[in-house]
Amino acid sequence: MDLENQKRVKELTEKYGAENMIVLIGGAEAEAAGLAAETVTAGDPTFAGPLAGVQLGLRVYHAVEPEFKEAVDPDVYDEQIGMMEMVLDVDEIIEEVKSIREEYCKFND
Amino acid sequence: MNFAVVKGTSYVLVHTKDMVINNGTTQTTEKAINPDSEYLKKLPNHLRDFDDAVKYLPNQVYIGNNRPEDLKNHPQPWYENPVEGADRFGKLGEIMPEDEFIGLMKIVDAFDLVKLTEEFTKDVRAKLEAHPLIRDDLVARLKTGEDLETIEKLINEEHAEPLLTDGKLVGCVKRAHDVDQNLNAHVLFENLVVKASGVLAGLHLIDKNNINPDEVEYVIECSEEACGDMNQRGGGNFAKSIAELVGFKNATGSDTRGFCAAPTHALIVASSLVQSGAVKNVVVLAGGSTAKLGMNGKSHVEKNMPILEDVIGGFAVLVGENDGVNPILRTDLIGRHTVGTGSSPQAVMGALVTKPLEKAELKITDIDKYSVEMQNPEVTKPAGAGDVPTANYKMIGALGVMRKDLERAQINEFIEKHGMPGWAPTQGHIPSGVPYVGFAREDILENKINRAMIVGKGSLFLGRMTNLFDGVSIIMEKNPGKAEEEKGVSEEEVRKLVAEAMRDFASHLLQD
Repeated sequence: MDLENQKRVKELTEKYGAENMIVLIGGAEAEAAGLAAETVTAGDPTFAGPLAGVQLGLRVYHAVEPEFKEAVDPDVYDEQIGMMEMVLDVDEIIEEVKSIREEYCKFND
Repeated sequence: MNFAVVKGTSYVLVHTKDMVINNGTTQTTEKAINPDSEYLKKLPNHLRDFDDAVKYLPNQVYIGNNRPEDLKNHPQPWYENPVEGADRFGKLGEIMPEDEFIGLMKIVDAFDLVKLTEEFTKDVRAKLEAHPLIRDDLVARLKTGEDLETIEKLINEEHAEPLLTDGKLVGCVKRAHDVDQNLNAHVLFENLVVKASGVLAGLHLIDKNNINPDEVEYVIECSEEACGDMNQRGGGNFAKSIAELVGFKNATGSDTRGFCAAPTHALIVASSLVQSGAVKNVVVLAGGSTAKLGMNGKSHVEKNMPILEDVIGGFAVLVGENDGVNPILRTDLIGRHTVGTGSSPQAVMGALVTKPLEKAELKITDIDKYSVEMQNPEVTKPAGAGDVPTANYKMIGALGVMRKDLERAQINEFIEKHGMPGWAPTQGHIPSGVPYVGFAREDILENKINRAMIVGKGSLFLGRMTNLFDGVSIIMEKNPGKAEEEKGVSEEEVRKLVAEAMRDFASHLLQD
């Protein structure tokens, strides 16, 4: 994850508290999405950014995951994400992000 | 409408093994924050030699010796399956080795900022004298060189940027100001790299397309660097500085910027300038970037691959008046991502691809080839960035499904037929749309295809001035034949028309 984004996630979490944060990611590849999810839960796996060794354990979802999809207006979802849903390997992304969340997220909801 | 045409193209690469280590930002950042890292220790063992870079199929495609479709039939990974008998010189350009390129940096330096050792100068002079395109007046600019101590002193005491090849110090780039960060050695080094590779592309453009350089009236440079001083950081003008050395003596020019989308923006501007009649011939060109060398190096080393981002790219395109033969640039069918478009991939692709098609009442499948971000997937996949061209083709196919131009089950077939595997180095503006322009011209001239869409996209957020995305597209199409003649009206015709009108008027009077 981009170092500047790591910094923003860290600062926002300090300001509002981990329980009030949800990180929504849009990475096009399962691997990249997984790395981003890992960064905001278990810490930066590349040990390059502000979240290296920082375990925020935040709630993190990908935009194609059902938890997010069901929470938004279907028309807006279709307009904004419908095409990408056709393009991306949705199952692979969901599996990757979900497994990271189940392993490292501090909130069981 | 009398559209402008694509009269010729050129494509160059420079293999810069030492610059990967010393100037790629992934490596320089690592040196700054983690100087003893495993990555830096392993890095030198993952760098390819010049011959390997020449034999690498995507590089051979870039310089025009192989075709994009050859990539489909060649065993993968491409880096383990060299093209035997590959030549550094190609149909559309060349792959230049690092030592010759450092010589070229000295040649294009107008302010005595590049200092090369006497020994290296002697060596490289012989090589550049043997180069078919480096003219005598250019070779003469190498001068005689400096002693090594002077160069070491400049590096150690005056922050000069070292120039190494084969691990050996052969020169440096001096700073041009003691305080101004815009004129420090690092910035000047990058600017001289983009200038030198731009000059090389310009020289090949003339050579490969039988162009009279005197007929070029305007040059648009569209790389991602900025030259200027502390009072005008991006003042410019790379275009004119490159035109001077290439020998476009009747040209002026300017720089067009827009991240990776800039080459397509520049093509649109160039074709508009020609179509309007303001000038007859415009060259669009760009050199490459050392900062992006080894950008995904960590992933490549981790996966025990060679560092594939070891080349700098450059290209040039000549846009000229309609000759009735070369493919036309349809300025009436331009895709534009506007401020109001929105940034979802759907909105972006809709604005760039389907909107111009709607205007022309064309289907997605009426464009024979789409040239998108043609990054070499072998570079991006190991880094988790996926296969960029294929992802783009999937999006275009999905738009086609939404427009009912094709069935969902036909997406793969669409990608196979209207797409291509990527071959361009990940140099930002270099892979963006333009790598196919040369092949498109060839394919259209040979009646293999009728239409190609060139799409450029840019990530503006990197400059921290806007979160907006950007992109433009233009369609290249088979020339319908003879250029339209200007329909002037002769004096005789005017007299005839006036006489007819008077007769008409008189007959009305008589009737009344």
